[in-house]
Amino acid sequence: MMKVSRRGFLKATGLVVIGLVAKPLFDTLSRLELPQLSARLGTLTGKRLAMVINLKACLAKDGCSDCIEACHRIHNVPDFGNPKDEIKWLRTVPYEDAFPELKHEFIAKGLKGLPTLVLCNHCANPPCVQVCPTGATWKREDGIVMQDYHRCIGCRYCIAACPYGSRSFNWRDPVPFIKEINFGFPIRTRGVVEKCNFCEERLAKGLPPACVEACWEKKVLIFGNLEDPNSNIREILHLHYSLQRKPYLGTNPQVYYIIT
Amino acid sequence: MYDADKIITGLIIFLCLITFPIYYNIATGKAAYRPEPKIVTEEKQCVESKGYMRAKHMDLLEEWRESVVREGKRVYVASDGKQYTMSLVDTCMRCHWNKAEFCDLCHNYVGIRLNCWSCHTLPKRD
Ligand code: HEC
Ligand code: HEC
Ligand code: HEC
Repeated sequence: MMKVSRRGFLKATGLVVIGLVAKPLFDTLSRLELPQLSARLGTLTGKRLAMVINLKACLAKDGCSDCIEACHRIHNVPDFGNPKDEIKWLRTVPYEDAFPELKHEFIAKGLKGLPTLVLCNHCANPPCVQVCPTGATWKREDGIVMQDYHRCIGCRYCIAACPYGSRSFNWRDPVPFIKEINFGFPIRTRGVVEKCNFCEERLAKGLPPACVEACWEKKVLIFGNLEDPNSNIREILHLHYSLQRKPYLGTNPQVYYIIT
Repeated sequence: MYDADKIITGLIIFLCLITFPIYYNIATGKAAYRPEPKIVTEEKQCVESKGYMRAKHMDLLEEWRESVVREGKRVYVASDGKQYTMSLVDTCMRCHWNKAEFCDLCHNYVGIRLNCWSCHTLPKRD
């Protein structure tokens, strides 16, 4: 056996250590760009899509459902006619249900029972994303919380995690319950979870979300990029007192409500 | 060994019988069957070359799916520079609208069933 002196051994060890750290050290020290924060952390890079809903101007109280119909027609959302199987993209709930923490005995007359539009909040800190075991739901860099139906295994953890009831499970075959199929957008099948996608497929073509377009003249729904300081949506949030749903949960919803 | 002759003869007869279907198919030309998917479009070429499509269309579709759904990119630049919108229904099936005589023909032959169509519904065509 070769004799190794203590001194020789230490020298060799030293060389090996230098060899191992040289490259990572060089990479770290020679880096020029600043670290990028990702959307997942709630600190966004350039884009943060959001919506404002002007509750008082909304005509849902008079029976208007233009936005809901447009959304459901374009995305092939079935109507089962019962709340148990309901597939929820865009819908109305009474004001007190949307904002349970604001409910009290003497709630303003105009707000009591007011049909309030609710949809996926595309939270800046989405709990559904954290629990998804397959990565089927995730947050895009522009803030949209996406759902990949190809990877969804139907475990429904996300439904349990969402504090807004914005996600629905397909318990039944939706096809017989879709009035007229839009072949431009895939339908879903039994066994997957689905929700509002902020019309990501329309944004890709430069179109506004279907609900916003359906309500274009009334301007109840305002959609835009909150990272852009000159955007319409930033100005509106600047001028009005606004609410988020259940903000104390720390999800930071990106759907804002103005009630004045 | 007792009765070696009988056993060996028996074995040979058994082998002949059990392999008979194979010879039968060869003799009647059935074994040579292979699906002939029908091209119905006026177009002369596919997104990529025919050989590539035949061997790799499932990988291409997966690439398209990942690109559209996960990365939000919807335009595919083919190796000849042509651009296509990445869509199963709007692109592939616009040219190959005869699913039953095209996609299904091959897939039935190799015994796979796609679940794609339950979501990616095709318009009726007549
Ligand atoms: C549970 C329903 C479902 C199933 C099953 C499904 N898809 Fe999809 N697929 C979708 C949805 C929803 C989209 C998103 C469309 C969009 O955002 O425009 C999509 C998008 C795609 C896209 C990109 C856009 C487009 O319109 O084509 C491709 C390619 C695709 N899927 C391929 C497949 C293939 C191949 C299969 C079968 C192996 C399959 N999908 C099965 C629901 C499904
Ligand atoms: C512009 C029309 C067009 C589009 C779009 C198109 N194809 Fe084709 N496809 C063709 C034609 C034409 C051929 C025959 C090519 C040839 O003979 O050289 C073909 C051939 C094929 C073949 C090989 C068939 C065989 O006999 O080996 C497959 C598989 C295929 N296409 C699948 C697809 C898929 C999957 C898509 C979508 C990603 C697609 N095609 C999009 C026109 C099209
Ligand atoms: C030339 C014959 C042929 C044609 C035509 C063809 N396919 Fe295929 N396809 C195959 C074969 C073979 C496989 C299986 C490969 C394997 O299992 O490794 C396959 C697999 C697939 C897969 C992956 C399935 C899985 O479970 O992983 C998809 C998706 C697919 N084909 C889509 C299509 C579509 C869409 C069309 C029609 C536009 C089409 N194919 C036309 C031969 C064909």
